[in-house]
Amino acid sequence: MDTPPVIEGQEPQPEEPRRYGRKLFLATVVGGVSSLYWGKAAWDQVTGVVSPVAGAIAPILPTGGWRIYTISGHMPVFDPASWRLRIGGLVEQPVSLTYDELRSLPRAEQVTTFHCVTGWSVKNVHWAGVRIHDVLARAKPHASGHALQFTSMEVPYIDYLTLEQASLHDVMLAYEMDGKPLAREHGAPVRLIIPEMYGYKNVKWLQGIDVVDQAGQGYWEGLGYDKDAWVGRSNGY
Amino acid sequence: MKPGYVKRFSPVERLLHWVNALGFLFLLATGLILYLPRLSVLVSRRQTIQGLHFWGGVGWLAALAAVLVLGGRRLRATARELDSFDRDDLRWLRGGKAPQGRFNAGQKINAVLTAAFTILFGVSGLLLWFGEEDTRFRFASTVILHDGLMYVSLVLVVGHLYLTLIHPATRHALRGMTLGDVRVEWAMRHHSKWQPDDVHVDWPRARRG
Repeated sequence: MDTPPVIEGQEPQPEEPRRYGRKLFLATVVGGVSSLYWGKAAWDQVTGVVSPVAGAIAPILPTGGWRIYTISGHMPVFDPASWRLRIGGLVEQPVSLTYDELRSLPRAEQVTTFHCVTGWSVKNVHWAGVRIHDVLARAKPHASGHALQFTSMEVPYIDYLTLEQASLHDVMLAYEMDGKPLAREHGAPVRLIIPEMYGYKNVKWLQGIDVVDQAGQGYWEGLGYDKDAWVGRSNGY
Repeated sequence: MKPGYVKRFSPVERLLHWVNALGFLFLLATGLILYLPRLSVLVSRRQTIQGLHFWGGVGWLAALAAVLVLGGRRLRATARELDSFDRDDLRWLRGGKAPQGRFNAGQKINAVLTAAFTILFGVSGLLLWFGEEDTRFRFASTVILHDGLMYVSLVLVVGHLYLTLIHPATRHALRGMTLGDVRVEWAMRHHSKWQPDDVHVDWPRARRG
């Protein structure tokens, strides 16, 4: 067996192995579990306060910060020949827009941050598209309509906004993201953008907008999420 | 025992390693399909992949637990080896030359972190799964934890694969984790403080300093 060298005039020091393994194990587990409470704040500190760092990190992440959530087996495919955006419900004149007709409406642009209810955000997304009132104007909604139902090509995904929510200044039907036509995974050809609310209200793969008398229960709301998904003020945050 | 070889890893240790490795790779593959937008478009069946990832994770944890039970006393002895760090280990970690036991200090840290990460992957994964339908299980930082673990694990695994497949001085270790035994002279060079109990060759005493 090994014995440590005995130095004259000193007691031989038996070598006690230290139990560092279990300490490292416990520290890692405790640190990891507790990060459920401080992880996002710490991450926001790194990416938010030190903005050069944020700018440097974001492009390195292979996702650009996005996560693609779908609820059905198959991600919808946009076919320009057959796709239409239907505006109906409590309107005088139901409208069906082709992709080109949608693109010919007054163009709006904005740079806003996208927040997901599961905790991730993508800062400074450059959107281009049309304002909802420019689309609705053609259909002439009845005065009895107080909300909008947004229907996705991804069945059975629907969600609602009140007319008041839908008329916030930065609500948009976006057909471009960061200078490029909206990609399939982001909801091609057009998605709803309401930056003040979590992503599940930002319906992707839009195919219909119906004027209704009141906001109903959207897909995720049926699973317990809040109807009004204000960022930072809903869903338990 | 093959002459000139010494047994390094018992069958149950190897079983634990490979159950962990295969589970990790399966979860990495399915996880990346869920995580990377380009892959998610390519595969497009998110619900299926999500189910595979979740139940794969549950199966992985259950299989690991089964091996731990199966290993019993044998694996507890291994855990004690991984737990204890002596002065040579600390010197080795600081980059000094110091004799090492059956596991060197880096291998101990890797094993300890891997075990801790498994627990954390499990906790954060279950929270993601159940949090989707119940706000009580939803934390703002669950995704950050789960993703962060993936990134750190990936770094560990890439380093592990480099040492085990490419680096000439260390890649002989792969034989220990597959067939169980390693060459005596290799073991003496890399793990001179290790005292194997079933070696049938003259095992020279480790020389210190």
